[in-house]
Amino acid sequence: MNGFNVKFGFRDNFLDNLQPVDFLYHTRVSTNGCCASINALGLKHKELNDLLRETVLQGSTELVINNVFGQRYIGTRLFLPPEANKLHIEVNKFPGNDLGAFLNGHQIIVHGNAQDGVGNTMNSGEIIVHGRAGDVTAMSMRGGKIFIRDNVGYRTAIHMKEYREKVPVLVVGGTAQDFLGEYMAGGIVLLLGLNLQQGEPHRANYIGTGMHGGVIYLRGCLAEHQLGKEVGVLPPDDRDKANIDRYVREYCNHFGGNPDQILNERFQKLVPVSLRPYGQIYAY
Amino acid sequence: MLVQKYYESERFVPDKEMDACGLFGVMHTGGVRFGGQMAIDAIKNMKVRGSGLGGGFAIYGLYPKYKDYYALHIIYQNKNLAAKKVVETFLKKHFYVVFDEEIPTNPDIRLFAPPLAWRYFVAPQKSGVEEDVPDDEYVISKVMYLNSEIEDAYVFSSGKDAGVFKGVGFPEEIADYFMLEQLYEGYIWTVHSRFPTNTPGWWGGAHPLSILDWTVVHNGEISSYGANRRFLEMHNYYCTLHTDTEVLAYAVDLLMRRQGLPIEVVAKILAPPMWEAIRYMSDNDKELYTALRMTYAPLLMNGPFTVIVAHHNEMIGLTDRIRLRPITAGAKGELVFLSSEEAAIHAVCPDLELAWTPPGGEPVVVRLHTKDHLQSLNKSI
Repeated sequence: MNGFNVKFGFRDNFLDNLQPVDFLYHTRVSTNGCCASINALGLKHKELNDLLRETVLQGSTELVINNVFGQRYIGTRLFLPPEANKLHIEVNKFPGNDLGAFLNGHQIIVHGNAQDGVGNTMNSGEIIVHGRAGDVTAMSMRGGKIFIRDNVGYRTAIHMKEYREKVPVLVVGGTAQDFLGEYMAGGIVLLLGLNLQQGEPHRANYIGTGMHGGVIYLRGCLAEHQLGKEVGVLPPDDRDKANIDRYVREYCNHFGGNPDQILNERFQKLVPVSLRPYGQIYAY
Repeated sequence: MLVQKYYESERFVPDKEMDACGLFGVMHTGGVRFGGQMAIDAIKNMKVRGSGLGGGFAIYGLYPKYKDYYALHIIYQNKNLAAKKVVETFLKKHFYVVFDEEIPTNPDIRLFAPPLAWRYFVAPQKSGVEEDVPDDEYVISKVMYLNSEIEDAYVFSSGKDAGVFKGVGFPEEIADYFMLEQLYEGYIWTVHSRFPTNTPGWWGGAHPLSILDWTVVHNGEISSYGANRRFLEMHNYYCTLHTDTEVLAYAVDLLMRRQGLPIEVVAKILAPPMWEAIRYMSDNDKELYTALRMTYAPLLMNGPFTVIVAHHNEMIGLTDRIRLRPITAGAKGELVFLSSEEAAIHAVCPDLELAWTPPGGEPVVVRLHTKDHLQSLNKSI
């Protein structure tokens, strides 16, 4: 078309005009012992993540990041050796997509809403969001815990997985949108529905479509057609009750609320009815 | 021995899959006109959603002085003056041109192959059999003629008191190039940052796509493009801009302007509920949604999309029915925002009062002098 090589106009929106990390460290970070406060205003996500890494390498273990507006991958590049200190990171206020992607052992606390992809393929650690989260929360998560105070978006816990002692946990205080637990292969999801009215069903449809492992504990009601074809509903047994008890109490520790009151309501347990729901379709 | 020589490319092109487009829209429901700063800053905040291969703005309430005339923004590719001559002869024959000028640009901003951009304020000059054709239809037919028959000339927008500024570059560069912040005010601003994946990045293919005062900015991919396009051709809409979003602009014009359907219904045509969901509806709804799906099957937009559609008095955000692309709405007083990412809204409006995300297929309708946008709140998260 028009004889143009259309690639010609391409610029790299990630790596163009980055500020050097030394300069950023001297202008953006103020430290006090092992605590560091970082001003992220206007930084690109690579600059901020470079800066976080630099700050940690300089010895800080408690980070407070202020003026965050949509910077992505916060916490991702802090993959430190196992013997290193685990970090405590507070984010004010609005982190971008893939917060804590591949997170390895650190604790991230968000004082605001998170966007899509919180805890994407997270390995271990903790993410606590004092607000809501967007789509694909806990996508492919393989360990650690995520607590979301309010609602979550579409495809929460999609393809969450577990292996031996590594069992990821996601606790959502509100409700979820469609495809909760889609293709879920392991792990534990708690959906508390605290912001729903008495008798108001959860919002999600197609819950657990393609689910073939793990468990969803759901407080509140829902109609049967909201479930995907691959899940069955059971009452929780004693082990389930212990799980629920433990994580509801942790949720209340983070966000307040009366755990006994929450635990008083009926919980349902959603589990897959087949280990290979699509085995017949794709195997040949 | 011959050794193949490697030439380093001039620019670094990362060979990884990256993100999709960024959208942002802001409207003052009281109709107060404001500058472009919020729109520009917000889309800048989402810079990683674009690749610098397209950016654009649609502004409503743009030309109060000429608000009774159709404002044609026309670009001439390769600054083709011969095309301009042909177009102007055509315009003089079919319209009364009350005023025309080159759209002012900042020569210090260097963009990739900028065309010549001109604007014409026109009133229809009908003759013969066309005298009974309504004005809007008349203008559409002429715009379609210009777009499809005259080489190197493309009509970017053709609405009254509204206009589209777009091109190849990051949206903030386009804003600087057309000096949007200094020169213009409007009560709706929508903006798009493009990350073209399937179709070329060129000036005409940048968003917003527009017909009359309808504009569409779009993130995603319309995989039903072929079916939609054939259906629209039966209604005299011809797709010439090599990009899938064009069908959305024409579909909206067909359904809302020509057929007079309200957006709440149109949303359910473009992103209809699944048959399975229809099965569990009340009898009334079942009948309605079945009828819509049967009647308008070729206008079902398949594939992932989020769009912000705008025209006078209305700005609408809509996603596909299983929300494969993100959208967040926000409100503060009479300002209502729609955005791909929530953080971008907070970045330009620190004291935002409300932020919500509607389910797939559920439109957020922002109307002048109403609080209709809050209707989507109950179903949202």
